[in-house]
Amino acid sequence: MQTLSYWEALNHALDAEMASDEAVIVLGEDVGLYGGTYRVTEGLYAKYGERRVLDTPISEGSFTGLAVGAAMTGLRPVVEIMTINFALLALDALINMAAKIPFMSGGQFTMPLTVRMPGGVAHQLGAQHSQRLEHTLMNVAGLRIVVPATPQDAYWQLRQAIRADDCVIVLEHEVLNFDKGPVDEAASAPPPHRAVVRRPGRDLTLISYSRMANQALAAAGQLAAEGIEAEVIDLRSLSPIDWDTCAASVRKTGHLLIAEEDSRFAGAGAELAAGLTERCFRSLRAAPLRVAALDLPNAYNKRLEEHTIPQPADIVAAAHALVRDDAEEIVA
Amino acid sequence: MDRELHIRFLRDMLRARRMEERIAQEYTRGNIGGFLHLYPGEEAVAVGVLAAAEPGDYVVTTYRDHVHALVRGIPMRNILAELFGKRDGCSHGMGGSMHMFDAERRFLGGYAIVGEIYPIAIGAAYTVLMRGLPEAVICFFGDGAVNQGTFHESLNMAALWKLPVLFVCENNHYQIGTEIHRHSAVTEVYKRAAAYNIPATKIDGMDVEKVHAHSLEALTRVRAGQGPQFLEFETYRFRGHSMSDPGSYRPTVEVAAYEAQDPIAAELRDLSMHYPDPDSLKSLGLDTSESLGRRYIDKGHLDTAGLEALEAEIRAEIDAAVAFAEAAPEPTLDDARRALRPGLIHETLI
Repeated sequence: MQTLSYWEALNHALDAEMASDEAVIVLGEDVGLYGGTYRVTEGLYAKYGERRVLDTPISEGSFTGLAVGAAMTGLRPVVEIMTINFALLALDALINMAAKIPFMSGGQFTMPLTVRMPGGVAHQLGAQHSQRLEHTLMNVAGLRIVVPATPQDAYWQLRQAIRADDCVIVLEHEVLNFDKGPVDEAASAPPPHRAVVRRPGRDLTLISYSRMANQALAAAGQLAAEGIEAEVIDLRSLSPIDWDTCAASVRKTGHLLIAEEDSRFAGAGAELAAGLTERCFRSLRAAPLRVAALDLPNAYNKRLEEHTIPQPADIVAAAHALVRDDAEEIVA
Repeated sequence: MDRELHIRFLRDMLRARRMEERIAQEYTRGNIGGFLHLYPGEEAVAVGVLAAAEPGDYVVTTYRDHVHALVRGIPMRNILAELFGKRDGCSHGMGGSMHMFDAERRFLGGYAIVGEIYPIAIGAAYTVLMRGLPEAVICFFGDGAVNQGTFHESLNMAALWKLPVLFVCENNHYQIGTEIHRHSAVTEVYKRAAAYNIPATKIDGMDVEKVHAHSLEALTRVRAGQGPQFLEFETYRFRGHSMSDPGSYRPTVEVAAYEAQDPIAAELRDLSMHYPDPDSLKSLGLDTSESLGRRYIDKGHLDTAGLEALEAEIRAEIDAAVAFAEAAPEPTLDDARRALRPGLIHETLI
């Protein structure tokens, strides 16, 4: 099996889908001749030409809307929003258009649109270039959101997104871009919305996604050295959420810890905590606990930035509190 | 111009006018909910432009979309059923007045967020470009919509890639209640297209023949791959912005002046809607003799009896459409879920 970096896996996925279906086009700022700011579209311009790999002006609102119109009329566009931060300019196209046109038309129009958004907290990029929007997008009926954490998932989930007949947002993580991992292009992929158990365990359920799923795995390694076995679930999809896999784990362990890079207030973790409490209340031996980013914009200062988002040590500390049942002190 | 086309213009404009009058009544009766934006006064634009459209062309429009839908060929009964929120509506009861869709007729929708039409239009045009077919996208919008950022972004891209779009500005001089001199630094909208090297013309939008002639010419250029074209039609809505707006911000003289240019002929009798008295218009120095109905009669296209027969035919069509809408079933929650993700019919989520 080959070893690819995250960006190479995304690149291979685009190449495979463009080769198999002429309706697939890629568009965004600098995706063509330049090859993409994160290299994801490298080589595609030369291979598929300027019409199928379209360099757009800096006009997020309208080129995302263009992709919506193209998706309604038979193309399968893949939009690259250079960083998720610029997606705020395209929210009307995503929320009012892509998510609602199939519905408003009574199902006459499908929306085979994929929108890729590298994001997350990277390294000292400042408040306007370090954020996540999953909480905003999760609240929109009609959008699907996948959050690949590994090169293998980046490959599979992007291909599945392009083949889907409704709008899929692919939330990539900038810090994962050069992570390498095995990618089996021939393997049959699990459904895009299926969560996976990355590490089995009996003492607590540790749910996470994207880059933080890897941090959770690192934390679980430390916990195991102390004799605490955390079951680590990588969600892979934030909309819909695979409740079955999560609930089965919580019923087994009786403890729920959620680790997320998004802010705590009204975030994905809040939905997971509420949804799993509703489903598994009788199995829970303590209140669910969340480890999340502080409710602050991201500071440029390196130390403050590290404090703002959870580190493996924070996850370990929260796991201790959860199994000792003194979580209230942590939350306070 | 041949007689058939003249009759078609008159029939389509009358159908549009009478349908809208009936819709206003049904709204007052409580059979139609939500926001309702009517089109009387502007019929010559929809009718003239869409008469120049081919079945392969795409149409994108705004929340004031009933007449575009009707003229595009969506059966009146499906328009009424949509307004009544029924399953047989052109959007199966999920869209309503502001969101009429018809995939078969390439009617890409009415959009209720001002400025959304342009990206949809250039997106459909990109599909046309990729397929290399002689098709056009017709994009309707009002004067109030030209101050959105998407206008500039989309016109830039349309011109840059020579996208096959006909931009149609229905300049009715008002952005809800704000007159164009108070909302636009450049009030001659067509001049803005020059900033993007898009050929643009301003035309009297109360004259269906002129509207049609210019549209035909522009669409021919669009379909021939000459890139986007821009037409600004000066028109007027006789009513307020929506049913909740009496339009009291407009001077009476101004309203009367435009009503005198009513494209459907001030002389038409048997009207359920008020028309100004021709004598009082004359006293204002306005001439009503050029109105379409009179011209048709004068040119021998239609006699008075023919006109009355046409009115009767339209009345019957509207009555049948309303009866159909009343009898149509309500959509179910399952219908709503299927509409949200129609692509999932062939896919299992988890």
